[in-house]
Amino acid sequence: MNARLDVDHVSKLFTRKPGMIERAAEAMHVKKPSPVVHALDDVSLSVPEGSVLGIVGESGCGKSTLGRVMAGLLDPSMGTVRLRGKPVDALSTAERARERLRVQMIFQDPSSSLNPRQRLADIIGAAPLHHGMTDRRHLADYVTEQMTRAGLDPAMRDRFPHQLSGGQRQRVGIARALAVQPEVLICDESVAALDVSIQAQIINLFLGLRESLDLTYVFISHDLSVVEHISDRVAVMYLGRVVEEASVEDLFANAAHPYTQALLAERPSIAPGRRSYHTIKGEIPSPVAPPPGCHFHPRCPVAFDRCQVERPVLRSIGASHTSACHLNG
Amino acid sequence: MTPAMLDVRNLTTELVGPDNSIRLIDDVNLRLDAGEIMGLVGESGSGKSLTGLSIMGLLDPPVRVADSQILFKGEDLRRMDDERLRRIRGDRIAMIFQDPMSTLNPVLRIDTQMIETIKAHEKISTAAARVRARDALGKVGIPSPDERLKAYPHQFSGGMRQRVAIAIALLMSPDLIIADEPTTALDVTIQAQILSVVQKLARENGTALIWITHDLSVVAGLADRLSVMYAGRIVESGRTDDVLRQPMHPYTRGLIASLPSRNRRGMLLNQIPGTTPPIADLPAGCAFRPRCPSATGMCLAHPQLETVAGRDVRCFHPSLEGIGA
Amino acid sequence: MSAASPARPARFGLGFLKAFCRSPLATLGLILTLGIVLAAICAPLLAAQDPYDLMQIDFMDGRMAPGTQSMTGFTFHLGSDDQGRDLLSAILYGLRISLFVGLGSAALAFVIGTVFGLFAAYVGGRTETLMMRIVDLQLSFPTILCALLILALLGKSLTNVVLAIVIVEWATYARTARSSALTQMRREYVEAARLLQMPHRHIVFRQLLPNCLPPLMVLLTIQVARAITLEATLSFLGLGVPVTEPSLGLLIANGFEFLLSGVYWISLFPGITLVVTIFAINLVGDRLRQMLDPRGAQR
Repeated sequence: MNARLDVDHVSKLFTRKPGMIERAAEAMHVKKPSPVVHALDDVSLSVPEGSVLGIVGESGCGKSTLGRVMAGLLDPSMGTVRLRGKPVDALSTAERARERLRVQMIFQDPSSSLNPRQRLADIIGAAPLHHGMTDRRHLADYVTEQMTRAGLDPAMRDRFPHQLSGGQRQRVGIARALAVQPEVLICDESVAALDVSIQAQIINLFLGLRESLDLTYVFISHDLSVVEHISDRVAVMYLGRVVEEASVEDLFANAAHPYTQALLAERPSIAPGRRSYHTIKGEIPSPVAPPPGCHFHPRCPVAFDRCQVERPVLRSIGASHTSACHLNG
Repeated sequence: MTPAMLDVRNLTTELVGPDNSIRLIDDVNLRLDAGEIMGLVGESGSGKSLTGLSIMGLLDPPVRVADSQILFKGEDLRRMDDERLRRIRGDRIAMIFQDPMSTLNPVLRIDTQMIETIKAHEKISTAAARVRARDALGKVGIPSPDERLKAYPHQFSGGMRQRVAIAIALLMSPDLIIADEPTTALDVTIQAQILSVVQKLARENGTALIWITHDLSVVAGLADRLSVMYAGRIVESGRTDDVLRQPMHPYTRGLIASLPSRNRRGMLLNQIPGTTPPIADLPAGCAFRPRCPSATGMCLAHPQLETVAGRDVRCFHPSLEGIGA
Repeated sequence: MSAASPARPARFGLGFLKAFCRSPLATLGLILTLGIVLAAICAPLLAAQDPYDLMQIDFMDGRMAPGTQSMTGFTFHLGSDDQGRDLLSAILYGLRISLFVGLGSAALAFVIGTVFGLFAAYVGGRTETLMMRIVDLQLSFPTILCALLILALLGKSLTNVVLAIVIVEWATYARTARSSALTQMRREYVEAARLLQMPHRHIVFRQLLPNCLPPLMVLLTIQVARAITLEATLSFLGLGVPVTEPSLGLLIANGFEFLLSGVYWISLFPGITLVVTIFAINLVGDRLRQMLDPRGAQR
C-alpha cells in the first residue's frame, strides 16, 4: 500500500529566540543558554493510504506537535514530511498549498476551534468558495451537504458557535475540514473534550466517513480505549520519541515496551471488581531536560545500566511491530 | 443507630430568575457512611458538580438551594449559623476541585498556605503546623516534602499540584471529602497514582468520599457505590459492581454500552441518540424519554426514585438483564 | 465532559443596548452623548444666529449677561461674547468643531493604529519587534508637547490639528490591537484558517479583526474623549484650531481674560459644555468596558 503521509526522521525543537543582549550574555557565559525543548526527536512514521494510525502518549510526548508538523502548521527543525511520497519542501508554492489542503485537522477544543464571530455557513463555506470548489450560486447547497454529512441540521446555518453544544461545535469543525475535500484527517484529541455519549456519536461519525469518503486518519489521543477501537496501527510516544509501533491487535495483546505495558496496566477499566492500582513511579520529566539515554529509564521497572547511557533504537521485533527498548530484539 | 456521615434529603437547587425559577437539580438523595466512597457520575448538564457545591454551600446568588435537608453527622448544614458552618467547612468537610489552582493561591508558598489553613481551624504553633503540613505532603506521595514546602504552586506540575490540593484537603483529617473531577485534566499515569493515594487514605482514615466524575471507568475501581445523574436528577443508585454488571436505567445501560471497550473493535459504537436536553427546557415526564429505547406512553409522567431489587432506580421500565461482558 | 462554553461574543444589537441600559448612569451618559451629537449636527437649525456671519453680529451687543435682549430683539440665553456673538449659538457651532476633530482624529487613529498592530502581531519576528519599538517610542513622548511641536511646525489649521492628534494617539490602538491579536492568534480557529490555506488578508481581517474589536471599541470611546480634551487644550493654548473655526477650547480661551472682571459666562458655558460632553462619553466608554470584560458581571 502506498504511504499517503510520511514523516522521516523529523525533529522539532522549540527555543525562545534570545534578543541581542541575551545572546551576548550567553556568549560571555554570564547567562545560561536558553532552554531548548525537544518536542520531537527523530520521529519516523508512515501512514498507509486508507488506514487509521493512532498515536498515543501523555503530556509532553509530542503527539500534538507531530500532528501539526504533519499538517504543515509547523515546519520540522530536521527531517522531511512527505505527502504521497513527495517531500513537501520540494514542491512549488502553488503545489504545496494544494497538497496541504488535502491534509486537514480536527482540533481538540470545540470552543476555540471556531471563530466566535462567524456564522456556521460562513465557517464551513469560506474556504471551499475561496479555493473554487464551489461558486456563489451553489454555495448554499454545498454547505447544506457538508452540514448534513457531519450530522448537523442545515437550518442551523445562520447560528453562531456559542449557540451550539460542544458536540455540535465539533461537528462544525468536521464539516469545515471535509468541505475542502481532504484525503487525510488528523484528529488531535478530537473527542477528549466531549461527554461520553457524544464521544460515541463523533467516533461513529469518523468511522462512517472513513467508509464513505475513503479517508486516511491520524488519530491522536491519550485515551487508549478510543485509540484501540478506531485504529489499524498504533504508535506510542514518550517525550518526543516513538517507543513502540504495531498493528492495533499486536500492540494491545503483546506490548513489548515497558512504557506501553505500564500504560495498558494503568488503564482505568470498567470491569467490575475492586482493583489495586499498578502505578509507574515518578513524574513525566520535563521536555526541556529529558533524561539521557532512554528517556523512560528513571521510571522503568526493568531499566539497567545501558538504558542510562544509550538511546534505544526503534527495531523490529515481529511482523511490522517495532519497539525502542534495549530488552527487545 | 449512628447517623450516617452524610444524609442528603430532597436536595433541590434552583436558579432564581426575574419571573420564575429553574430547577437545576431536583430531589437528590445521597447517603454516605464513614469510610464509604461514592461515585457521582453524569455528563455535562447533569448537575453533578452543582450537587457537590450545594452540599458545601458554595453557591452564589441567583443560584440557591431550595428547601432541603443536608444532614452531616445528624446536623442540618442548612440550619446552622454561618460561623459554625464555616468552621465545619474546611475542618470536617473538604472539597477538591478539578483545577487545583482553585484551591492554591499562586502568590503564596505552599507552606504558608497549608499552615494558614491549619491555624485557621486549630490553635497550634507554627512549628507543629509545619510538621503536619510536611506529613500531609508525604502522605500524598510528594517526594522531598521539606523542600517542596518552600515552593510556589507554579513550580509544580499539574499532577503534583492536584496532590498538594488533596494534601490540603486532608490537613484537618476531615470526615468527608467532596472531589469534583479532580483527575479529569491529568494524564493516565498520574491519575492512577492519585486514585491509588486517595483510595488508601480513605480506607486508612475512615474518610467518606464523594467522587464526582463523568468517567465511569475511573470510579469503577474506586467507589463502593455509584449514583448516576441525568438532567438534574439521580436516575440510578446502588453498589458499584451491581450497577456496572446489571445496570437498570436505560441511560446507564446506554452509557456503559457506548464505551469503546464494550464494543467490537472497528465497529460502530452503540450510541445514545440525541443530546442532553437543556435544563431550562426539559421534556414532559421523564427527562430521558426522547432518547430512550424503552420509552412508552407511561413515561410522560414523572418517574420517582424507587427501590427495585436493592437498587434505587428512577424509571418505569428498569431493565433486569445483565449487560454482558 | 464538555469544554467550557465560550463567553458569548458581544453582539452589538438590540439585546446589547438593553443590557447596556441596565446601568442608569450609563444610560444617562448615552442620552447625553446622543443629545450633544444631535445638537451639534443640527446647529444651523437650533442656533438663533450664525456666529460667524459678520452681518449678524453687532459689536454693541458685546458682553451682555445671560438672559438679556440684543439690539435686534432676540435673547442671548447664555449671554454674548466680547464681539457680540450669541454664546449659545457659538457653543453649538463650537461643539461641531470639537466633535468633528475629536471623532475624526480618533477614528483615523483607530484605523491606522489597529491595522499597524494587527499587522505587527501577524507578521511576527523582527518586523514585529521593530514596529512595536516604534509604538513604544511614540508612546514615550508627552502627548501635549508632541502635539504642540507638530502644530508649531505645520501651522494652525483644522486638518493639522486632526493630524497632530492622530500622530499622538495612534500608538495606543496599535498596542491594544497587537496584544489582542496575539491572544487570538493562539486560538485554534486561526490555525484552522491557516490550514485551510486561506489568504493572509482573510485571516487578518475576517478572522482576527472581528475578535479583536471589543477592547478596541472601548478604547475608541475613551480616546474620543481624550481627543476632544486634547484639541480643547491645544486651542486654549492658541495652537489649535484657527480663530475662524473656533472649537469649545478656543471659546474658553477667548473668555479667559474677562473672567476676573465678572464676565464669567464667555468661558464658563463653553467649559461646562466641554466637561459634560467628555463626562458623557466617558460614561459610555466605562459601561462598554464593563460589559465587554469577560470576567465582569453583566449587571
